[in-house]
Amino acid sequence: MQVPAYVEYERATSVEHAIALLARFGPEARILAGGHSLIPMMKLRLAQPETLVDINGLTELCYIRVADSGDAAGSELQIGALTRHAQLLDSAVAGEHFAILQDAEKVIADPVVRNWGTIGGSLCQADPSEDLSAAFAALKASMVIRGPGGSRTVPAREFFTGPYETVVAPGELLTEIRIAIRPGCGSAYEKVLRRVGDWPVGAAAAAVWLSGETIAEAGIGLAAVGARNFAAAEAEAMLRGAPATEATLARAGEIAAEHCRPSSDQRGPADYKRHLARELTVRALRRALDRAR
Amino acid sequence: MLQITVNVNGTDFAREVEPRLLLIHFLRDHLGLTGSHWGCDTSNCGACVVWLDDLPVKSCTVLAAMADGRRVLTVEGLERDGVLDPIQQGFAECHGLQCGFCTPGMMLTARWLLDHNPDPSPEQIREALSGQVCRCTGYENIVRSVLWAAKHAEDHDQNQ
Repeated sequence: MQVPAYVEYERATSVEHAIALLARFGPEARILAGGHSLIPMMKLRLAQPETLVDINGLTELCYIRVADSGDAAGSELQIGALTRHAQLLDSAVAGEHFAILQDAEKVIADPVVRNWGTIGGSLCQADPSEDLSAAFAALKASMVIRGPGGSRTVPAREFFTGPYETVVAPGELLTEIRIAIRPGCGSAYEKVLRRVGDWPVGAAAAAVWLSGETIAEAGIGLAAVGARNFAAAEAEAMLRGAPATEATLARAGEIAAEHCRPSSDQRGPADYKRHLARELTVRALRRALDRAR
Repeated sequence: MLQITVNVNGTDFAREVEPRLLLIHFLRDHLGLTGSHWGCDTSNCGACVVWLDDLPVKSCTVLAAMADGRRVLTVEGLERDGVLDPIQQGFAECHGLQCGFCTPGMMLTARWLLDHNPDPSPEQIREALSGQVCRCTGYENIVRSVLWAAKHAEDHDQNQ
């Protein structure tokens, strides 16, 4: 029988209250959102928090909306950190702007887990195979983190500091994910997995911004293949300003595969994962371009 | 210890629990509702699926404390006044179970599916149940059972 070790439990009634509770209980306190990563980790004693701060009552962190981004860039998609995976999958506004989010959500865990697991929880878990981390890297999203001193915004590519580690400090709370909405965008996610609900063997996320048939800007995210910051920055650099042709995509796939560092494990050997990085990058880019046109 | 009140199948239950207590153990060991099955313990198999408020969840991965002030629906709550829910009838009519271990979770997810999509295709049923494992039926009869329940929903409503 797997049960978590003894733990204290506090329920937050507002974001401010959650931050006050984190301050009061110190670095051994952990935020409990959906719990679908944290509770299994607690059962296995891979996580042993002293206090759980339950934020499931914070409906103020449950939203998907388009809002003015407050600068010249125009508008942005804002996703509250407590939004459940199923809500993002079902969101018409998210799908309209970034089809990649629904591609990814369809293959994250299973429908019942998606009902309760949260977007913010998945990101803060920082599993190197996590799908949305790659999708948000491709979309060049940013994360809003609230702490006792106020809010700060961190680019998705600076959010992760290593496997299972993020820049969210003890006492801080991830509250929102923001994605700038710019014209000419198409995006897609491609994942190979062994069975329904599993982590990827390899996965690629692509976002392109087209100007005519030229790729004005591109984002490529990779999950489960040891890509730094979940991104393929070298391939993106090659794509910028390149014609949107099959030859360009093939080259981007090669560069992405060259720069990732997959390791062999029970999901597959490193060379197969490298092959997936190449092939899935091409497929994701191809579909993203189709959607941008 | 923590004082919680959970509404299970329409009845409020107030209990004192440890914060680490899982919802599945609260239902089975504290309330004696052993219809929900405790399976893989890793949120893979879905034998423990119950509704938390209006959504199916895997109750081995939810703390009882998280259900405080919320509604839970278990398999014991599917029948109404001695009349089985169409989904229960469907599983009986179409031999949707053999050992029965996965059945309560399957039925609760299927009930939710039919509430949101009264006329699902076999593919939609398979997708909805894709987070739940059955080691007996090969799923064919489970899909038939859900289709049966969709087809007979009207008869049921008229009899109510």
